[in-house]
Amino acid sequence: MSFPGKKNTPRVTSDKLIIKGGKIVNDDQSFYADIYMEDGTIKQIGENLIVPTGVKTVDAYGHIVIPGGIDVNTCLQATHLGMTPADDFYHGTRAALMGGTTMIIDHVVPEPGTSLLAAYDQWRDTADKRSCCDYSLHIDITRWHEGLFEELEHLIKDKGVNSFLIFMAYKDKYQSSDTQIYEMFSAMRELGAIAQVHAENGDIIEEEQKKLLDLGITGPEGHVLSHPEEVETEAVYRAITIAKQANCPLYITKVMSKPAADVIAKARKKGMVIYGEPIAASLGTDGSHYWSKNWAKAAAFVMSPPLSPDTSTPEYLSSLLSCGDLQVTASAHCTFTTAQKAVGKDNFTLIPEGTNGIEERMSIVWDKAVATGKMDENDFVAVTSTNAAKIFNLYPRKGRIAVGSDADIVIWNTKETKTFSAKSHNLTVEVNIFEGMECRGFPVAVISQGRIVLEDGNLNVTEGSGRFIPRKAYPDFVYKRIKARGRMADARGVPRGNYDGPVHDVISMTKSMSATPSTRGPSCPGKTPVGPARNLHQSGFTLSGTQMDDHIPRRTSQKIVAPPGGRSNISSLS
Amino acid sequence: SNHKGEMSGTGYQGKKNIPHLTNERLVIKGGRVVNDDQSQYADVYVEDGIIKQVGENLIVPGGVKVIEANGCMVIPGGIDVNTCLHKPYLGTPPVDDFYQGTKAALAGGTTMIIDHVTPQPGESLLEAFEKWQEVADKKSCCDYSLHLDIPHWHEGVKEELEQLVQEKGINSFQVYMAYKGLFQMPDSQLYEAFSFLKELGAVVLVHAENGDLIAQEQSKILGMGITGPEGHPLSRPEELEAEAVFRAITLGNRVNCPVYITKVMSKSAADTVATARKKGSVVFGEPITASLATDGSHYWSKNWAKAAAYVTSPPLSPDPTTPDHLHSLLSCGDLQVVGSGHCAYSTSQKAIGKDNFTLIPEGTNGVEERMGFVWDKAVAMGKMDENQFVAVTSTNAAKIFNLYPRKGRIAVGSDADIVIWDPDKIKTITAKAQQSALEYNIFEGMECHGGPVYVVSQGRIVFEEGNLQVQQGTGRFISRKPFPDVAYQRIKYRNKMMCKQGVSRGMYDGPVYDVPATPKYITPAPSAKTSPTTHQPPPIRNLHQSNFSLSGAQIDDNIPRRSGHRIVAPPGGRSNITSLG
Repeated sequence: MSFPGKKNTPRVTSDKLIIKGGKIVNDDQSFYADIYMEDGTIKQIGENLIVPTGVKTVDAYGHIVIPGGIDVNTCLQATHLGMTPADDFYHGTRAALMGGTTMIIDHVVPEPGTSLLAAYDQWRDTADKRSCCDYSLHIDITRWHEGLFEELEHLIKDKGVNSFLIFMAYKDKYQSSDTQIYEMFSAMRELGAIAQVHAENGDIIEEEQKKLLDLGITGPEGHVLSHPEEVETEAVYRAITIAKQANCPLYITKVMSKPAADVIAKARKKGMVIYGEPIAASLGTDGSHYWSKNWAKAAAFVMSPPLSPDTSTPEYLSSLLSCGDLQVTASAHCTFTTAQKAVGKDNFTLIPEGTNGIEERMSIVWDKAVATGKMDENDFVAVTSTNAAKIFNLYPRKGRIAVGSDADIVIWNTKETKTFSAKSHNLTVEVNIFEGMECRGFPVAVISQGRIVLEDGNLNVTEGSGRFIPRKAYPDFVYKRIKARGRMADARGVPRGNYDGPVHDVISMTKSMSATPSTRGPSCPGKTPVGPARNLHQSGFTLSGTQMDDHIPRRTSQKIVAPPGGRSNISSLS
Repeated sequence: SNHKGEMSGTGYQGKKNIPHLTNERLVIKGGRVVNDDQSQYADVYVEDGIIKQVGENLIVPGGVKVIEANGCMVIPGGIDVNTCLHKPYLGTPPVDDFYQGTKAALAGGTTMIIDHVTPQPGESLLEAFEKWQEVADKKSCCDYSLHLDIPHWHEGVKEELEQLVQEKGINSFQVYMAYKGLFQMPDSQLYEAFSFLKELGAVVLVHAENGDLIAQEQSKILGMGITGPEGHPLSRPEELEAEAVFRAITLGNRVNCPVYITKVMSKSAADTVATARKKGSVVFGEPITASLATDGSHYWSKNWAKAAAYVTSPPLSPDPTTPDHLHSLLSCGDLQVVGSGHCAYSTSQKAIGKDNFTLIPEGTNGVEERMGFVWDKAVAMGKMDENQFVAVTSTNAAKIFNLYPRKGRIAVGSDADIVIWDPDKIKTITAKAQQSALEYNIFEGMECHGGPVYVVSQGRIVFEEGNLQVQQGTGRFISRKPFPDVAYQRIKYRNKMMCKQGVSRGMYDGPVYDVPATPKYITPAPSAKTSPTTHQPPPIRNLHQSNFSLSGAQIDDNIPRRSGHRIVAPPGGRSNITSLG
């Protein structure tokens, strides 16, 4: 099996490694076996492997051996008001590896109105130079514009991008209308991409922000007060409705509240192809900190959708993650220093949004879900790695320990605990939102591209060694059902006789809301509308017999015109 | 609140508008008086259009006309809160005007309607209101009131709304989430409209469908060559209704404003209303005669005229289990009011859209059949008792729209709008026997158990043994005050509860990143439209206390800070942090 893109970057090393004595855990099963890898690829799995001499051995006795984590939501490059995030591709991927994540998918955020392609190139350029682990890119569509379809097509077919984020919030900046969302969903479905949605109702948020600032509330608590969870829930519900109409697979980034998660779970039960992504922050902490007396601490939690003040949220989300109602855990890692956050010290709407989580993500899931008995180790692999690989078409290259897969492997200590702190984390920000949290489960060794990058607590990374991993359109996991539904969903008209009764005369029809087909409608461009065949001799309509109201004079203002007899069909649309 | 007091104390507005036509005295004997809370055997004595006595062995003047109820139910006259008897389509009025429509209402046991005033975008609401009132005063055979539909939200509309509420007796306004490019409002306008109407104490009616998606689906379906009436439900799937209901409720919750969903047509929309009520939202749901008695399968009829007759928005659901589900929710109180959505366009009017379903004028009949079908499908089936029947056909509407207890109740002092209801009456619905001027009836051939034997409107017998004796123009405009208790009591308490408070914390005095350019981000200028009375003093801050410090060695001290960062210290002289500019 050959994977595209591998050739992009010259191999840094050709380490040969064998992992011995561990229990291999994939999303479907666990078993004891050794793993031999060479040139960054897993070559053999089994017991008593025959391997070349002098191969370095990693001892995994007593630990589990899992596919490296995949964090599908990071923002290591996107600027806010011209401020670059505190953790860039170098610091961010370093922290990722430290936490057991061996691949990230970062969000490309073009300035509204600029070309998606240019932004993509800019991201590629930086990440290729700085990233320490493999990466891929989502592209955020910050403004709907003409020619977008062609840009998407180019990115999907030639650039290895198969996922795009649409914003329902950030009014007058990134926000798209329902009509635009529908158009984009339809385009993505046609091109085989995954539609991601930032789901919050931007219209309501803006109104609430104004109201709160008018009340004199300017601190970080204003952020959560102006982004109530209902507003997230509403947008999730609407996104699902639009996706259903467009028959497009939908992925909700950052599921932060119980009702939003419930809406996703319910839609899945109704058969929708939809995925939900809680993040490290929503699984590990809650929104009570927005009321902290310490401004810097409160501001550190500012992100959108915000953390829910409902303290039972993390437990609830981890339950849904355990039963499969939510599928992927990401970090949404996007950090700004306290000085950067302080740009909004007098106005919460100016606080740059984002929290840390790239390093803590996997440990939080283990501690909150596996150690508490909600989910087993296989589910753990699914929600931290495999599901993401399947949805975003990286599977089985990533997300699985199997012969032929990339040698991105983590040896995970399930027994001991580790404490998160700004003092000891691998990030450049001064505040860690998980400060003081003790977590069971952490990586003792991390192998990325077949090389040991973490061992005995020491990171040994190489800047720029991370490769761009292109992703193809139409991931099977997502699109098999979509394709089948596309064939089913063709609506049919009723063949009926031409209506030949009287027609009320209308002088001016201009006011009517006649739906003019859009210039580039969602229907396949190849199809020209053909009128259904009509039986012109049969008309089922008659007006005969005396009517109860025959004695009532018809009002004089009604002018009745007979339909033109020469019309041959009734399918002309305009 | 003293609204209740005012209402019973000062007499009813508008009564004096039209001189009373007759001075009939009536006694209804031998019936069971059924209100929404209880049933009792009692006689009812009526004089001057008002109920004067309720009880046994009443002492009444001699020579009074006697109605023998013979054990039948004596119920408050029905109130149909959703009719369109004057709503033009492309300049032509519906065939049932205020005369035809109210005649049909009375024949079905409905003694009051609330009609929708539907101004065109750009038209003055006040002028439209006056136009409607003039027409209705001349033609209406029963008491009526008016809802105002707001076709377009703008600053100028506010003054008119204020005037309508405070001087014209209107307390309910409809906004549209559908009809893109015509009536549809975006969420930000809905938010503003809800906020403003809530301050006025009005009930917000919502036409809940996602207009953006409908427009998309319509062009898709026309593009596929589907032009017949089946295109109507195909382009308006019930998800779009449920989505809009969900969004309307979210907006209502945020603004803390009561929301009334007109025309609940599908199971999922009804469930959304029910779920929201369980979470405490002040929301009301109104199924209509059509959604309770028939379904959307008829859109696929081979007979174009028949299929077109069912075209209404939101459309009837093709799911045949819908009526049963809606009756269940109505019976348990999850839905509250039954309207008719009566808006009658003749077949030739419907045929304007014979080549394009988006041009078919929308609306179905139902003003005459409304009460009968609720009885037939809910009470006769054992889902609902007679008291709940009175609640959903009359009392709840009276309470929500502030007509209670003048309307919606049989009690001393209430208007003498009374129906003698025979549960065993059987009627087959047919266009040939209806009061409506339509040449069709969407319930054609359906058998209905339960119906009125006598109808008393304003103390006069207008329907007796199948015969109508109505007079054009006898209907009075009934003005309605704002802040109906059933909708606004909770809202008032929530207003007090929802007062948000900031955290009083020390001023942040750490370093601040220097942002050179003017922020592109939402700079929230204090809006001009908040009421000027709520001028807040800045919160008091303890300027001496700041609990933020950056001290001690950090693990990343060895990492050089990037050179691009310029840090500026905050100006020390700032005395507070509340300046918003």
